[in-house]
Amino acid sequence: MIGSGVLKGMAVTARNFVGSYFDKERLITVQYPEERNPLPENYRNFPFLLYDGDDPHAGLRCVACKICEKECPPQCIYIVKSDDKKPDYMGKPQFYPKVFDIDISVCMSCQICVEVCPFEAIKMDKDFELSRRERFEALLLRKEELSKSNDYYHKICPTDAPEVDAKLAEAAAKKKPAPAAAAPTPTSVPAA
Amino acid sequence: MSATVQTLEAIERPPVSMGSRLEGELLEVSMGPQHPSTHGVFRMNVALEGEVVRKLKPVFGYLHRNHEKLGENMSYLGSMPYTDRLDYFCSMTNNWAYALSVEKLAGIKVPERAEYLRVILAELTRLQNHASLLGFLLNDMGAWGTPLMYAFREREKILDLFESLSGSRMMCDYMRFGGCRCDTPPGWMERAKQIVDRFPHFIDDLEQLVVGNEVVIGRTQNVGILSPDLAINAGIAGPMLRASGVNYDIRKVDGYGFYPRFKFRIPLGEHGDTYDRLMMRVLEMRESLSILKQAFEQIQPGPIMNPKVKIRAFRPPVGEAYGRIEGPKGELGFYLISDGGQNPYRYRVRPPSFVNLTVLEDLCLGHTVADVMVILGSVDIVMGEVDR
Repeated sequence: MIGSGVLKGMAVTARNFVGSYFDKERLITVQYPEERNPLPENYRNFPFLLYDGDDPHAGLRCVACKICEKECPPQCIYIVKSDDKKPDYMGKPQFYPKVFDIDISVCMSCQICVEVCPFEAIKMDKDFELSRRERFEALLLRKEELSKSNDYYHKICPTDAPEVDAKLAEAAAKKKPAPAAAAPTPTSVPAA
Repeated sequence: MSATVQTLEAIERPPVSMGSRLEGELLEVSMGPQHPSTHGVFRMNVALEGEVVRKLKPVFGYLHRNHEKLGENMSYLGSMPYTDRLDYFCSMTNNWAYALSVEKLAGIKVPERAEYLRVILAELTRLQNHASLLGFLLNDMGAWGTPLMYAFREREKILDLFESLSGSRMMCDYMRFGGCRCDTPPGWMERAKQIVDRFPHFIDDLEQLVVGNEVVIGRTQNVGILSPDLAINAGIAGPMLRASGVNYDIRKVDGYGFYPRFKFRIPLGEHGDTYDRLMMRVLEMRESLSILKQAFEQIQPGPIMNPKVKIRAFRPPVGEAYGRIEGPKGELGFYLISDGGQNPYRYRVRPPSFVNLTVLEDLCLGHTVADVMVILGSVDIVMGEVDR
């Protein structure tokens, strides 16, 4: 009969329409700013720099090795190495980034900087509410804005963060028996 | 199959007569690039005789972003997130095709669990791509929104799976040469199984909505017939080729990944018209579900990454490789030439939607303007991949 196919289709839409009021699984919208869906552990949105302890400068794990700057596909990281050194979490004197900028209008959250970092110094953030009133300066995140504490990392990644801590503690324990190894290495201070 | 497809040479364009003769004159219309049904920024210059298409010239390049040249100036790892942006509906299969060609180039083995995960993710991608394609196609036919929203509801569940696995819904950037980036979070497999178990309800609904619908049949049957000869000569691949009745599926032909371990059938069309192309997607979704069910049974815990592979400063030996997979839209291949350096010497993408689009004129000639949209929808293009 002509029209029976259309009627069958109507039955589907009617079933879906009624179901959208009664089916528990279908009622999935949340009133966003007040209510929020939990983000998955692996969710990633823009990188940040980790520091241990309370002082963002003293505890910063980044040693300005510039590997992330080199590997970043859209080249959104800009690093200037420091002239002096500061002790890292194992007490070994290391360089630190004098300037560490990430242009988040260029960054595509691909996580490659996190993967290539040998010092567990850069991690992916979960902050997605990043609207700004200005296009250029406001979207260029400086070292001060990027530095976030290890406690914050524990808060956003409750599974990954303890694993990272354990890995670092293990590396520190391995290094400890030979403190002589921490002797100053030949410095190559850039002229700048 | 025996339908006559008019070729361009057969059409005589009437001479320009300075407006003295109204009858028989061709009217040139520029459709797109801002047309809502062109699935992105795609433009067609159509020459019309009344309402009938007499000539059609596709215009590409509005979304060109130098993908291949970027790949040649980027480390092998750096190109991986860019492959997500080719066909942004199927980033997982794009990742796999690129990873496969690099693995071929450098001779890398992939652990078993990673191979199974790749199959699972590729088939989930196929499900969500075909579901959203059917939604868009029905949208183009005038079923405003409803089937598209049903499709997107299912797609959203699969995208949530991708998000909890890779961290991003669409730009997954999940696979690496020699495996995958991270293992599945706890409970992920169970969620995936649940979604796959419920997916047939959606396909049933969609079939009931579409298959017998007189409007859909009227709009799609005998519209845009692609003959098997033309399909083979033009290098068409994927569901579009199989809808014309050519039995060619790279999952069977190449047997890449672990596909030879699964039992599945290849649906084939008979007429090669838009209706066959539409139904091909429905049938393929059912086969994907059966592959997924087998994969969930066979997958075992184990390592996910080949430990010998260096991600950073990766230098494959000198040589060339072409890795291809059966993407949801057709044969997706990456051709790489290595000169031993950190960047590929040549990086070439064989995009399925671009190649499938080349026969658009042959499909559309002799049909009305309204059919052009339906035919274009059934080709299944994503402009990110066409223009690269």
